[in-house]
Amino acid sequence: MSQKPAIELRGITKTFGKVVANRNVNLVANRGEILSILGENGSGKTTLMNMISGIYFPDEGNIFVDGEEVHITSPKDAYKYKIGMIHQHFKLVDVFTAAENIVLGIKDGKYDLKKSTEKIREICDKYGFDLDPEKKVYTMSVSEKQTVEIVKVLYRGADILILDEPTAVLTPQEIQKLFAVLRRMREAGKAIIIITHKLAEVMELSDRVSVLRKGEYIGSVNTAETTESELTEMMVGKKISLNIERSEPKNPTDRLVVEGLECQNRAGVKVLSDVTFTARGGEILGIAGIAGSGQRELLEAIAGLQKVHSGQIIYTNPKTGETENLRDKTPRQIRELGVRLSFVPEDRLGMGLVANMDITDNMMLRSYRKGKSMFLHRKAPKDLAERIIEELAVVTPGTSTPVRQLSGGNIQKVLVGREIASSPKLLMVAYPVRGLDINSSYTIYNLLNEQKEKGVAVIFVGEDLDALIELCDRIMVIGSGRITGIVDGRTATKEELGILMTKTTNESAGDTNE
Amino acid sequence: MISYIVRAILIGVPMLYGATGEIITEKSGHLNLGIPGIMYVGAIGGVTGAFIYENSCGNNIDNMNPFLAVCIPLLCSILGSILMGLIYSFFTVTLRANQNVTGLALTTFGIGLGNFLGGSLIKLIESDMPSISLGKTSSFFCTKLPFADDLGWFGELFLSFDFLTYLSIIIAIIASIVLSKTRVGLNLRAVGENPATADAAGINVTKYKYVATCIGSAIAGLGGLQYVMAYATGSWSNDAFGDRGWMAIALVIFALWKPHLAIFGAFLFGALFNANTYAKGLGVETQELFKMLPYVVTIIVLVFTSMRKKREHQPPASLGLSYFREER
Repeated sequence: MSQKPAIELRGITKTFGKVVANRNVNLVANRGEILSILGENGSGKTTLMNMISGIYFPDEGNIFVDGEEVHITSPKDAYKYKIGMIHQHFKLVDVFTAAENIVLGIKDGKYDLKKSTEKIREICDKYGFDLDPEKKVYTMSVSEKQTVEIVKVLYRGADILILDEPTAVLTPQEIQKLFAVLRRMREAGKAIIIITHKLAEVMELSDRVSVLRKGEYIGSVNTAETTESELTEMMVGKKISLNIERSEPKNPTDRLVVEGLECQNRAGVKVLSDVTFTARGGEILGIAGIAGSGQRELLEAIAGLQKVHSGQIIYTNPKTGETENLRDKTPRQIRELGVRLSFVPEDRLGMGLVANMDITDNMMLRSYRKGKSMFLHRKAPKDLAERIIEELAVVTPGTSTPVRQLSGGNIQKVLVGREIASSPKLLMVAYPVRGLDINSSYTIYNLLNEQKEKGVAVIFVGEDLDALIELCDRIMVIGSGRITGIVDGRTATKEELGILMTKTTNESAGDTNE
Repeated sequence: MISYIVRAILIGVPMLYGATGEIITEKSGHLNLGIPGIMYVGAIGGVTGAFIYENSCGNNIDNMNPFLAVCIPLLCSILGSILMGLIYSFFTVTLRANQNVTGLALTTFGIGLGNFLGGSLIKLIESDMPSISLGKTSSFFCTKLPFADDLGWFGELFLSFDFLTYLSIIIAIIASIVLSKTRVGLNLRAVGENPATADAAGINVTKYKYVATCIGSAIAGLGGLQYVMAYATGSWSNDAFGDRGWMAIALVIFALWKPHLAIFGAFLFGALFNANTYAKGLGVETQELFKMLPYVVTIIVLVFTSMRKKREHQPPASLGLSYFREER
């Protein structure tokens, strides 16, 4: 008897505007099997799963459930085909109890919370969940909330479960608990798909792995027959040459020395631990890592925006040779020392620019303190705005256009241009080419190279490993808030970086503060 | 003393209606500051309906059908306040306008409309007094049980009221039960707490917001009607309603968004509202200070609930926020 796959995708393509999120993807998931979908950030994993769960509809291609072709146009349809997705961001009502959240939106006869609670308890017993149905969600830990989400889809009778990066927010103990539950569900004959970029978990948990890279389907292998390095190669691909100019650093001197830096987030969880590195003038230091590994916190700690728990950040003034510990300084004092941060967040506008203000006013956000009279001097910032528009070829109707109306690439040029214009000594840029086309990216790379030649210490946080390898003199890899390695940009390979990025020593993953 | 309590209850009832209506609306995530205006429209709607019916029957009370005499003002009142609710929902749900601005505009509009209609009616009857008297309609509204007067203080305290007073308590209790014990209530609360989650769970967020706002408005409007027909025994004069609408909104906070608590809150507010007239020997200036009492109590409650930080006692999480279904 040949078993039909629980779900099969054939030739799925999805584009958002000009961006291809998925191209011609084929995928098979069987019952009684755990399938991992492996890929870097932006490789289209989540988009693909959103198409199965009814959030997006594919442009091309077909989806088959139990051998029958289906059209899934809404999350409701997905439930009809017994597909349940557990998103990275939980969709729960905080003041409701677990049980209330689980039954929300179900229309099956009488509303009887007691009966539902019993059914929830049965599900919990069957798979070994540890959940109190009467507990309010806002008093729960992240792991408990995730449990609620999983029970929610099981309660709706899901047979095919999709989990989007389920371990990203869990402690190692909680991860082991989750894996035990997932294995039990596999034994009960459910098809389980987990999206992840952690190789160790793939090897430990899954039966098969499907790899995506830049929206394309690379292939599927049985976990038992593969190795971590083979998977890494599938995930990051062969090196692509970008031909970015790279000059030799001219007499690099230590500009910033970070020692044993440790930071915690509001919940008291370590987001950075024991970070030690040196950034030198006339050199570009790249930072690679999976998104959310602590890059943002590191840059913010240097800029004075993040509270430092322990460790030192020693800055050497290149003119006077004096050293200062940035840890005791306010963000303004740090800026006055010549440290500049330009961070491009996912929505591109969140930090640094005010969307509704025009370019001139945004320039003024950095210079409003200058001047003697009580009125603003608009001339200098206006000149600066015009210079940036001209030099960086920003496409805009004029200096008085709100930046909101510019395209993403032009917004980023304005943001980076402004920071560079203040002739920094230490320039930190994060994701400056996020979402940019290749030509705009080169403009930004050239800008960074210019700064490097002027003797500025540049810290560049990037997503694209190819660009990091071609642009940076040294590349530091950060994983789960720790430095997993610092390599020479001239000799580094993508495989090497990929392995460092996904290296999660057990004690570092989601370390809690005890 | 008993007459003081009776008076307090009568004053409290419009606030209870207003608060129940506002709680239902707020549970859908909409802070309707138009409630004072809506209550005013509910009142003038009832007045207009009663005025037309009384006049169509000539001046003889025997010509009036008790059933129609109650139903026509009731329907006019509900219709008026639902229309106000629809305006509010259209602006805040469909057009996603700022809820506070819309609500305040609606209050200004409602009071203006009420005074315009009230003034027009007063002009029509060419009265010397700046008020309309609908004593006959009011007497139908205030019909008591026949044996209520024979039961002494018990009868006065529990059986002497008009039917709208009892209805306000029944509605508040039903609202509480619906909100906490039914699927509709669960869905409504989910909409007000986290509309994105409700949407993902297959709940029609827009429908819930519209219906909750309109039902809430209708209930609030009844408060205006009760004020005219029972408390003011059928006499309307412009602006006499005062700031009872704002008290109703304060009462929502006082009652921690729970209609059954609003019942007691309303009677307490009524007692405090009236305290100045019953405390003898007060100067004008101290009387005004006494009128502050309900607000002072509300502030104290706010301080205490904020200090305890219990999430169940906080307003719905997305109160005041428009819901955009996220699209890429």
